[in-house]
Amino acid sequence: MKLTLHVWRQANANAPGQMKTYAADNVDEDMSFLEMLDVVNEELIGKGEDPIAFDHDCREGICGMCGLVINGVAHGPERATTTCQLHMRHFTDGQEVWIEPWRARAFPVLKDLVVDRSAFDNIIQAGGYISVNTGAAPDAHAVPVPKDAADTAFEAAACIGCGACVAACPNASAMLFTAAKITHLGLLPQGQPERKSRVIAMVDAMEQEGFGSCTNIGECSAACPKSISLDTIARMNGDLLGASLRASS
Amino acid sequence: MTVTEGVQTEQRWRLGDPVTAGNTPPGPIEDAWDTRRFELKLVNPANRRKHTVIVVGTGLAGGAAAASLGEMGYNVKAFCYQDSPRRAHSIAAQGGINAAKNYRNDGDSIYRLFYDTVKGGDFRARERNVYRLAQLSVEIIDQCVAQGVPFAREYGGLLDNRSFGGAQVSRTFYARGQTGQQLLLGAYSALERQINAGTVEMNTRHEMLDLIVIDGRARGIVVRDMISGAIETHMADAVVLGTGGYGNVFFLSTNAKGCNTTAIWRSHRKGALFGNPCFTQIHPTCIPVSGDHQSKLTLMSESLRNDGRVWVPLKRDDNRAPDQIPEAERDYYLERRYPAFGNLVPRDVASRASKQVCDEGRGVGPGGLGVYLDFADSINRLGEHVIRERYDNLFEMYERITGENPYTQPMRIYPAVHYTMGGLWVDYNLQSSIPGLFVIGEANFSDHGANRLGASALMQGLADGYFVLPSTVGDYLAQTPGNTADASHPAAVQAVSETNERIEKLLGAGGTRTVDSFHRELGKTMWDYCGMGRTEEGLRKALDRIPELRDEFWQSVRVLGSNESLNQSLEKAGRVADFFELAELMCVDALHRKESCGGHFREEYQTEEGEAERKDDEYSYVAAWEFGGVGAPPVLHKEPLTFDYVHPAQRSYK
Repeated sequence: MKLTLHVWRQANANAPGQMKTYAADNVDEDMSFLEMLDVVNEELIGKGEDPIAFDHDCREGICGMCGLVINGVAHGPERATTTCQLHMRHFTDGQEVWIEPWRARAFPVLKDLVVDRSAFDNIIQAGGYISVNTGAAPDAHAVPVPKDAADTAFEAAACIGCGACVAACPNASAMLFTAAKITHLGLLPQGQPERKSRVIAMVDAMEQEGFGSCTNIGECSAACPKSISLDTIARMNGDLLGASLRASS
Repeated sequence: MTVTEGVQTEQRWRLGDPVTAGNTPPGPIEDAWDTRRFELKLVNPANRRKHTVIVVGTGLAGGAAAASLGEMGYNVKAFCYQDSPRRAHSIAAQGGINAAKNYRNDGDSIYRLFYDTVKGGDFRARERNVYRLAQLSVEIIDQCVAQGVPFAREYGGLLDNRSFGGAQVSRTFYARGQTGQQLLLGAYSALERQINAGTVEMNTRHEMLDLIVIDGRARGIVVRDMISGAIETHMADAVVLGTGGYGNVFFLSTNAKGCNTTAIWRSHRKGALFGNPCFTQIHPTCIPVSGDHQSKLTLMSESLRNDGRVWVPLKRDDNRAPDQIPEAERDYYLERRYPAFGNLVPRDVASRASKQVCDEGRGVGPGGLGVYLDFADSINRLGEHVIRERYDNLFEMYERITGENPYTQPMRIYPAVHYTMGGLWVDYNLQSSIPGLFVIGEANFSDHGANRLGASALMQGLADGYFVLPSTVGDYLAQTPGNTADASHPAAVQAVSETNERIEKLLGAGGTRTVDSFHRELGKTMWDYCGMGRTEEGLRKALDRIPELRDEFWQSVRVLGSNESLNQSLEKAGRVADFFELAELMCVDALHRKESCGGHFREEYQTEEGEAERKDDEYSYVAAWEFGGVGAPPVLHKEPLTFDYVHPAQRSYK
C-alpha cells in the first residue's frame, strides 16, 4: 500500500519544528509501524536527507522506549498496543498519516520525534521503591501475599513508563504513571511501612516536574498500552488523603 | 600473555599460553563461595565513598550491581544508552527465573540445579561458578520478593512455580509472561533509590565507546553523550561492564535494536580476553520472519512449551490448514524423539530438531520455515481460562504481530538468535584479564557453557549484580592503589582522540550504502554460515567474505549529519563497525572448535541420530581469545575445564 506521511521534524531542542510530508510507497501490511519508518528512512538516506529520529529499542512492546502520536492518538489507533507493536494492516491504501512526538511541557522534544522523559525517573526517585538493601531480605515465603493482591499489584506494575498517559491527557498529567507505582507497592505487605511517605513524596515530585493536574477525563487509561486501570488513580487519591490527614494532625 | 614461539596451528589463528588464572577456590565445591568470601579483602564502610566505580549498562546485572554498590557506600557512576535505566533489554525476558527453593517438594536442590546447568551447558562451563550460581539462586528470590516484585502466587499466598526446558522439576518463578520486566523494575527501583540518596550518578543516553587502561589497569571509559555528541572522559578506580550480549551481530535476533558489542569489543581490543565467542543460542520458539522489511524477531516464551505441543505434517509440502490435518498425519517430533523430556528438551536440541524437519520440506507457513506450537489439547484439558491466565499477554502479542488467533489455530514458530553464552573471559571473581575491569551478566562468558537453560539468564544477571560483584570488586579496591589520573592522562587523551578519529572516518566515508544494508548483509552471512549448523567449508566462506564486506563498509557507508547532535545513523554505524570485527572472531572460534556442543553444531561432528558429538579429549576447554589486530589472526589461550562432580557424558533427554 501507499501512504502519505506528515511527520514532525525538529533539528534539536531549541530549534523550531514543522510538519513535513513524505511518500511511503512500499508499505507491506505485515510491517510494524516502526519498520515502515525504517523503510522511509532508508529512502531518505539514499536521497541524502536526514533520516527521521524516533526512539525505539525492544520492538516487542515492553521496554517503553517508543511512542508516537499517530493521527492524534498516542501509540495510534489500536487499543492496548505500543507503537512498535502496531502493524500496517490497520491502515488503508492511500491513507494520510500524521506522526508527532509526545506533547507535554514536562517532556521537551530533543529531536524530531524523540522526547526527554527523565521526569518519570525523577518521580520514581522520590519514593517509587521499597527500601531494602541487598542481602537484607527474609525468606520469600516468610510473608504470604493474597493472590488477588498480588494479581492486582502485578496489573499496576505492568506499566512500561512510555508516557502515553501524559501525551493523551489534555492536561499532560502524569497521574496514571504515578498512581500505577503507588498502587503496585501499596497493595503488597512489603510496601506498607513506606506507604504514606511514598505517596506524599511521589505526588509532590510529580507536581514539581511540571505535569498538569488530573480532571478525571480517562484518556490516559484509554491510551495506555498496558491498560492500566483508572482505579489506580482513585487508590492514590485515597492514600494521599489518608497520608495528608495524618501528616497534618 | 605471550605467544608460544613457533606454534602456528593455522594462519586463521595462533596458539598462545594456556590461561591458568581461573582463580577458583580449592576444597569442596559446597564451601567454595564461602571460602572465597572469607578470603576477600574488605573496604572499611567509612572509606568506600572514596572509591569510584563505573558501571556500564543498567539491566539486571548492571542495575543490580550499581544499586548494591551504592547501598554499600561506594561512589558509583552508572551509564546506559537508553533514555532511562528501566529500559535495558533484560526487560523483555518473559518466562521466568530459576531458583533451587524446592517449594514444590519435587526433589529439587542446589545440587540438582547445579547438575542440570552443567549438563544443559554441554559440559563447557566451570563447575565452581555454576555451583555458586545455584547457591545464590535462592537468595535472589528472597531479595526480589522483598523489593515488591509481584511474582505469581497460589491461593494460599505462596509463590507459584512452573517447569522449563532441560529440567524435570518445577523451579521457575514467574510474573505472568513479564518476569524480566518485573525483576528489572525491582533492580531499577533500588537503583533510583540510590540515585536519590546521592550514591549513584546516573548518565542516561550515554554510550561507552572505549576503555581507558593505565599501567595495565582499567581506569576509566570514553563515552558519547548521545544528545549533544560530546565525547566525555570518566575516570574511576574500577570499571564494571554489564552491557549484555552480542546477538545483534546476526542483524535479526530477539535482542533490542540497540543491543551491541561495542563496550566489550572495545575492551577486548584493549586486552580483555574474549571467551567462547561462537557459543550462541538459537531459541526454538520465535515468530517466523514475515518479509524483507523485518527489523527484529520476537520470542514466544519457552514456558509455552509446558502446554503447547510442537508438530509438523508427516508428509512433505503438505499445504492443508492445520485443522485439516488428522492426528495420524502429524509428527509430534519432539515427543517422538525425546519421550522423557518431550516438548521440554533444552533449547539447542529443540531448535536443531525444528531445522531438521524444515530441511526435510515439512515446515509450515510462508517459505516453509516454521513449525506448529499447538495449544488445542491443553485448552480441551484445562479450559481456555487456564491457558489465558498463564499466557494471555503472549497470545495477544502473537496475534498483534501475525494477525492470527492462537486460541483457535496453532502458533507458527521458528528458531531465532536469542542469547550469547560467549562473552568477555572472567575469573571466578568476575574480573577480566585486565585488572580492574569486571564483567557481569550476559556480557561475560561464564556459567552457561555451550548452551543456556531457560530461566537462567535472569538468575545469572542478578546473582552477578546483587551478590558476586559487590563482594569481589571490594577485594580489588582494597588491594589496589586508587586512581590518581584525570582526563589529561596520555592514555585518556589517546582514547579520546582515537574515538574522535573513528567518528570522523564514519561521517567522512561519503559512500552510498546505508548502515542497515551492511548490517543486514553481515547478519545474513553469519546466519547462513555461523548459525544453527556450521561446517568447515561454510565458515571459511564467511571468513573470506566478512573482511571484504568490512572494507566495503569503511569505504562506502553513508552516514549523514554531524557528530554534534542526536545522530542515530552514527550510533548504528559505530556498533556495526565493531560487529564486523567480532563476527570474524566468532567464525574463527567456530572453525577451530572441531566438535559439536550445545549451541555450536558443527555438521561434521554428529552422532548417527543427529545429536551433537562432543570431543572431550580435545576440546574440554574455554577458548579465551586475545585480540591480534584488525584482520590479523587472534591468539588462542585455552583454559582447561575439569569436572570433579558432574561426569561429562553424551547428553540424553530421551
